[in-house]
Amino acid sequence: MQNKDLKIISERNRKRLMEIVYNAKAGHIGGDLSCMNVLTVLYFKVMNTDSCNPKKSDRDRFVMSKGHCVEALYAVLEAKGFISKEITDTLGKFKSPLAGHPTIQVPGVEISSGALGHGLSVGVGMAIAAKMDNKSFKTYVLMGDGEQDEGSIYEAAMAGNQYKLDNLVAIIDRNKLQISGTTESVMSLGNIRDRWTAFGWDVQETNGDEVDDLVCAFDKIDYQNHQPHLIIADTTKGKGVSYMENDLKWHHGMPTREQYEQAMKEIEQRIVTLENE
Amino acid sequence: MNKMGNQQIACRKSMTNMLLKLARKDKNIIVVTTDARGSVTLTDFAKELPDQFVECGIAEQDAVGISAGLANCGKKVFVCGPACFYMARSLEQVKVDIAYSKSPVTIFGVSGGVAYGALGATHHSLYDIAVLRTFPGMNIVFPCDAREAAKLVEILVDYPEPVYVRVGRGAVPDVYKNDDFDFQLGKANLLLDGKDITVIGTGETVYHAYQAALTLREEGISVRVLDMATLKPIDTQAILKAANDTKRIITVEEHSRFGGLGSIVMETLSEHPVPVKILGIPDEDVVHGTSAEIFSYYGIDKEGIIKAVHSMINKKNKIISYT
Repeated sequence: MQNKDLKIISERNRKRLMEIVYNAKAGHIGGDLSCMNVLTVLYFKVMNTDSCNPKKSDRDRFVMSKGHCVEALYAVLEAKGFISKEITDTLGKFKSPLAGHPTIQVPGVEISSGALGHGLSVGVGMAIAAKMDNKSFKTYVLMGDGEQDEGSIYEAAMAGNQYKLDNLVAIIDRNKLQISGTTESVMSLGNIRDRWTAFGWDVQETNGDEVDDLVCAFDKIDYQNHQPHLIIADTTKGKGVSYMENDLKWHHGMPTREQYEQAMKEIEQRIVTLENE
Repeated sequence: MNKMGNQQIACRKSMTNMLLKLARKDKNIIVVTTDARGSVTLTDFAKELPDQFVECGIAEQDAVGISAGLANCGKKVFVCGPACFYMARSLEQVKVDIAYSKSPVTIFGVSGGVAYGALGATHHSLYDIAVLRTFPGMNIVFPCDAREAAKLVEILVDYPEPVYVRVGRGAVPDVYKNDDFDFQLGKANLLLDGKDITVIGTGETVYHAYQAALTLREEGISVRVLDMATLKPIDTQAILKAANDTKRIITVEEHSRFGGLGSIVMETLSEHPVPVKILGIPDEDVVHGTSAEIFSYYGIDKEGIIKAVHSMINKKNKIISYT
């Protein structure tokens, strides 16, 4: 798939995400938007998945460790055919099969998540299993940057290095904001690259707001280098909706009707521009 | 393992022997541990089947998460280590990655209850039943002796749901004298029938209940003894039948009196009440001593059970004499 098509799909996913969150009257829209390019590139370019057979044994595994951004995942799973629009539209309604965090009842979701700091360990287990069975599938784990405060992540970082899991890719959605403020004011993360390099990981930093750069970063991964991989995706919280970008109140703020319409208009304009390029 | 006679081996050793035996023939059986291969008695397993052994270092949270990931890929996972740490440090991983995610992982907690004795409360796990039974989909099993523990492993390798197993540390006397007994998850085993009172034990207290019953029988008190190895799902029918048949029940557990076997029995009988006495550890920091000393101090051993039975029978007689 061409990068131009990926960009259009990512914007369409953003548009659908806005609908989902606006209709559900719930969600973590800021972080949803910041990780949308990563999810789109993974599901439409990088990963081997099959919505007709979500449990096929050689599928690539994806773990949404920053589970609170599940609305972005629902938009992508819907676009890939794992869940229907009718199901997605139930989000926020009583007895919906969809929760505000990923659950294994949803086709395409590998593990229930939402408590931060869990996903990388689960990914390590999946990657070890692939090595044990000489299988070629890869495991991708998406974490938040605020999530980097959780100590359990560093237990998993050590294990990833210990077992030389070059079939494991972690991505940090580095949008630089968490619920109480900037990541640096709440609990400084220092130099993330140096930290993970010290843990033995193969680290790349890339502009996660640019599809081209993300595609390039995933292309560069050497899956036989005996090191686990980390992509630090430098992103913008609220990316793609002008009034939400870098504004903390959109961590889980809800747009008014006017704000919603403005957001949809901005995204639609970008889609038209991309389609005419 | 001898087919007959008193084995006097620890449940943990019996379980790891069986695990090794089964894992030789099934490469999908994976053992995960946290610098605890010695404590769990997995040294032989690690040496013989290193490709089926995952060492996580002293990192229980990581071990439980890794186990969920392995299970997602079709592995039959036993994550093994001291019960006290798995049931506290990594409890959220047990809740989310195992129970909420329906990961078919066995959490094999060793040296549970007060087995670490004088090491103190950091190493006791007197809260595991109370916590885990509130996690939907979680099964809880406390085998009482080496034979029951080995049979349990045979069931668990292909069990499609999460299970927590707790055993002690030292060698335990046999409750079952040979392998010729039926063991099913969710079913209590009737060890001794009786009509005056029922004593329900789980894990290592079952032996004490059985020995107490034998002594009491010589006094003319007829005691029913149930081995309630599975605490979740609970064998409701066995409890209701005991209440109906014997009218009095004593529960005995190596666990807090809050939220454990006694609570389960009381809840089960809430609409069919009979007097129930709960023997367990009170809400206090446990006295320092050996496991046997602690059992004796809190009355969850043979002598304590005999005393409790006498007290309950006398009370009952007193009530009858007043009416």
